Amino acid sequence: MLRIEHVGKQFGPQVVALHDVSLQVAPGEIVALVGASGCGKSTLLRIAAGLETPGTGRVLIDGAPVAGPHPAVGFIFQEPRLLPWLTVCQNVEFGIAGLPAAERTERSAAALARVGLSDFAGTWPRQLSGGMAQRAAIARALVARPGLLLLDEPFSALDPFTKMDLQDHLLDIWADDRPTLVLVTHDLEEALVLADRVVVLRSRPGRVHQTFAVDLPRPRRRTAPDFQAQKQLLLEALGVAA
Amino acid sequence: MSNSTLTLPSLTVRTAAPAARPPAAPRPPRRWQWPLGAVLPLALLALWEILARAGTLPPNLLPAPSKVLATIAGLARTGELWHHLGLTLARVGAGFVLGSAAATALGALTGYAPLARRLLDPLLQGVRNIPSLAWVPLFILWMGIYETSKVVLIAVGVFFPVYLGLMSGVQGVDRKLVEVGRMYRLSGLALVRRVFLPATLPAYLVGLRNGLGLGWMFVVAAEIMGATKGLGFLLVDGQMTGRPQTILAAILLFAVLGRTTDAGLAWLSRRLLRWQDTHGANGNN
Repeated sequence: MLRIEHVGKQFGPQVVALHDVSLQVAPGEIVALVGASGCGKSTLLRIAAGLETPGTGRVLIDGAPVAGPHPAVGFIFQEPRLLPWLTVCQNVEFGIAGLPAAERTERSAAALARVGLSDFAGTWPRQLSGGMAQRAAIARALVARPGLLLLDEPFSALDPFTKMDLQDHLLDIWADDRPTLVLVTHDLEEALVLADRVVVLRSRPGRVHQTFAVDLPRPRRRTAPDFQAQKQLLLEALGVAA
Repeated sequence: MSNSTLTLPSLTVRTAAPAARPPAAPRPPRRWQWPLGAVLPLALLALWEILARAGTLPPNLLPAPSKVLATIAGLARTGELWHHLGLTLARVGAGFVLGSAAATALGALTGYAPLARRLLDPLLQGVRNIPSLAWVPLFILWMGIYETSKVVLIAVGVFFPVYLGLMSGVQGVDRKLVEVGRMYRLSGLALVRRVFLPATLPAYLVGLRNGLGLGWMFVVAAEIMGATKGLGFLLVDGQMTGRPQTILAAILLFAVLGRTTDAGLAWLSRRLLRWQDTHGANGNN
């Protein structure tokens, strides 16, 4: 689905954000990128999305090199980034403006129902809570039926309850039609709850340090001993374990 | 109080359905409020009327409000009023359209393209600092004393607030929202129409309102300088013929017209910006 081949990126003469990063993500797989801040994980995701160009190397989606935002790729930002002048429903339809009106309506209604916001279709973004706004953003990404969904710290601005709620929700959505998910996070529990594979990046220069397969059965309990053991391993890989 | 620390079972919060309910879609109609702002002007008018009738105020300098209204009514009867009003409105209208059209084109350009900003903005800012009335003699020399020079002067007055509002509005568009547009493969005109235009609208509308205000200022200047018709002419005419009631009538009409056109733009702004999440969004101005 997604192939990242020897990608490097430099900002200015001094800062090497990424150095020779290669990564392959299979269709339907959930991969989490974790690492300390400044390790280039967000940059890597933005390069995969076509929002930034790689300095070296290339990104392939379904075998074709990426040269800008791809129609089969959805992106969920850290903030909801709803357009404040559009209602929730219009925001969801923003990315499918090219479709006939009837299909747009049908799809956005389905996407809003999927994230539990059917009753809020006509409200302005300013009237939504943080969690609801992020769910609307998820609906906006889903409505285009992306085969690959990229998520850049999507729940990091939310309170713990809302966060756990949305993590479960994301897994429900994934279970429906199994899009490929690549998620950047600095929350190890989030990575372990969601991902099939956790990729640990290290900084200066940003590079892949270690990859962990997470073979815990779903649904995963955050308090289970083997869950905590995995978390310990991740902490050690990040070099912050006590 | 002291035994409440152990009531942990309430932590089963996660099983509860989110209790959120959509806000009622139609906002309840705004309650009619006593227009507090009208009290003081009405009281002053009453006082003025009383003092004028009692002869305390010299009638050749400050005639009673009733006399001013009678003057307006007289002008309306002869049809002269509509002539003056129409001409002044037409001048402001033409100048406003001309000035804001030029400002829209240049403001969008300098806001959007850094190169155009570096090239054009210093010049325009320099021109802006010339007190606009200083142009009057030159415009009259160039374009004569009739309509063209008046409309151009008004257009110059309207231009700068609209230009500044739009330019800073375009520059201030949230990069993050532009990125959302890019993520959905919008570019060029589509990006402008679907992201830049609505995002810029608040600043642009403020610019238009300021521009219209200046348009009214400049029409007075233009008509005082030389006109045989229009509300500004009435001002001069009242002065020449020693009829303060005519001057006051013209001032009153300017106030009413200015306020009405501004209220029109304010109404338009409220309609177009219902989505705004601001302190003043639910109040009125």
